Amino acid sequence: MSHLIVAPVVLPAILAPFIIMVIRHHLDLQRIFSVAGTVALVVLSIALAGQAAQGGAYVYELGNWPAPFGIVLVLDRLSATMVLLTTLLALAVVLYAIGTGWDARGRNFHALIHFQLMGIIGAFLTGDAFNLFVFFEVLLIASYGLMIHAGGAKRLRAGVQYVVYNLMGSSLFLFALATLYGVTGTLNMADIAQRVAELPMEDTALLRVGAVMLLLVFSIKAAVLPLHFWLPASYANAPLPVAALFAIMTKVGAYSILRMFTLAFGPDVAATQGLAGDWLLPAALLTLAVGAIGVLGSREIGRLVAFGSISSVGTLLIAISIFTPEATAAALYYTIHSTLASALLFLVADKIMERRGGAIIAQRPMHQTGLISALFFVGGIALAGMPPLSGFVGKLLILDAARDSDLVWTIWAVVLVSSLITIVGFARAGAILFWESHDAAHIREEEPETPTDEDEVISEEPPSPTSPLAYSAAFGLLAALVLLTVFSGQVMEFATQTAEAMYRPEIYIDAVMKRTPQ
Amino acid sequence: MEFLVASAIGMLTAAGIYLILRQRTFPVILGLSLLSYAVNVFIFASGRLAVNAPPILNKYADVPYSDPLPQALVLTAIVISFGMTALAVMIALGAYLTARTDKIDMTDEGDAA
Repeated sequence: MSHLIVAPVVLPAILAPFIIMVIRHHLDLQRIFSVAGTVALVVLSIALAGQAAQGGAYVYELGNWPAPFGIVLVLDRLSATMVLLTTLLALAVVLYAIGTGWDARGRNFHALIHFQLMGIIGAFLTGDAFNLFVFFEVLLIASYGLMIHAGGAKRLRAGVQYVVYNLMGSSLFLFALATLYGVTGTLNMADIAQRVAELPMEDTALLRVGAVMLLLVFSIKAAVLPLHFWLPASYANAPLPVAALFAIMTKVGAYSILRMFTLAFGPDVAATQGLAGDWLLPAALLTLAVGAIGVLGSREIGRLVAFGSISSVGTLLIAISIFTPEATAAALYYTIHSTLASALLFLVADKIMERRGGAIIAQRPMHQTGLISALFFVGGIALAGMPPLSGFVGKLLILDAARDSDLVWTIWAVVLVSSLITIVGFARAGAILFWESHDAAHIREEEPETPTDEDEVISEEPPSPTSPLAYSAAFGLLAALVLLTVFSGQVMEFATQTAEAMYRPEIYIDAVMKRTPQ
Repeated sequence: MEFLVASAIGMLTAAGIYLILRQRTFPVILGLSLLSYAVNVFIFASGRLAVNAPPILNKYADVPYSDPLPQALVLTAIVISFGMTALAVMIALGAYLTARTDKIDMTDEGDAA
């Protein structure tokens, strides 16, 4: 049994307390250890991805207790991909935060980042439903801290909303888990899958209740309509580099839906057949539409990007809710793309907010406007799904995979029209932010100074004109998007293998359960 | 006994949700606590209700035993919800002290533009 699988959970779990307890007062040391830890996580996750790429599922039994009695971590292609994505994103965010000095505006930034990474990676790797809840709580409690990093009245109020919403979500998660435990008598995901398949049809009413509650919980995390209300206010008011890291958190919800509803409540299971897809697809279509309209209607740059990421979650969940291997492969590709693209846009939005505040109104041209507007342009293209970048490939794959669905015309119409609306929304914002600023006629006279939170932040720390580290992070994300486009063939091949394995849950179940004493 | 426990869980949940809908931090935090109590009892009941049954097997006699796993789960859930409540109190207090309002809803502020 290789201990490599547990390493990406253990490393941040040790590093974060170390940062808090030993080097609390040394920002430079914190930065060094944080970057080193994140780089180590990237290396570990590349090693894990290499292992997972050979196929099958690798099981790590915590404390050497055999499943289903102990907790297991399971590495397969899906979890390896998500872990790799998380660590790459984290590296960019940490570098950006250091480059812009965000980590110096409050305390314990790096420790919280590593606690959050521990939660996210653990949630991707775990093979136990209750353990999934625990890792959700780890990532949430770290995200509460990150969300209110650097303080400010508006941010704290948004933080309260975010915390309350997620605490309710956690309670619902526990209700769902207890219901599932009451019916199946187990919480190991593979074991749940086995028991669900064996349950007599007349005993499955409570099971369906539990499954729907789980779906609701994961939908809250993924910000699916009508459970998306927490996202715009939280993301727009969080420090934007943190929001870039949160881009992976909606994907934790999407991943959990994908995992539970292919493994345990899959399309072949009679008891829960059609349960997820039938509910999820209309919700996902509405999510996409609301996200696109939100992009068009945003008057603040943070909200613009937040709604952009809602619409990308909608697109992603459309692909997931079709529940065929082709659609799931497209969803995986789009997951990687939309995470990187949303994160890139959040970082660009932070650059803009630092220089001229969050409102989308014409003001005097800001410093380095050319570079930033280019990045904004590329990010907008990527998130809206225009041709040169991977968003286009991803949307094309999803549209292609929707061909077999009954609602194919609805899906095509909604996806295409909302892409158009998103493009218009980004074009409008970009035009106001970057072009009208050069046109003296459009510039409103300096408004009477209304001190907002953003202004306070700016006055505390004068914007560093060139922080190469911050730009290298943003360009790193951009490079990842370009690579994703160039190597889309190889990535899709990997995603197809992943999706095919997911629709054969016996691979996963055998790997986890085989070692139980018969 | 099942009826008693079930209605207690229902009452706790209903009261919790009512308090959460009050949209002020203090009632909301109380509501979240009530909700977490309801969840704890619910998890405990998911292992079936048994009276006077220890959660261990007795290999010398065939005596009834209760499911130990929900008890362990409840312990975890209690610890987590306790910590979360403490954190929520701190953040709510911070928000109240800086913003001078304990409303949770933010729409009254209007947009930033």
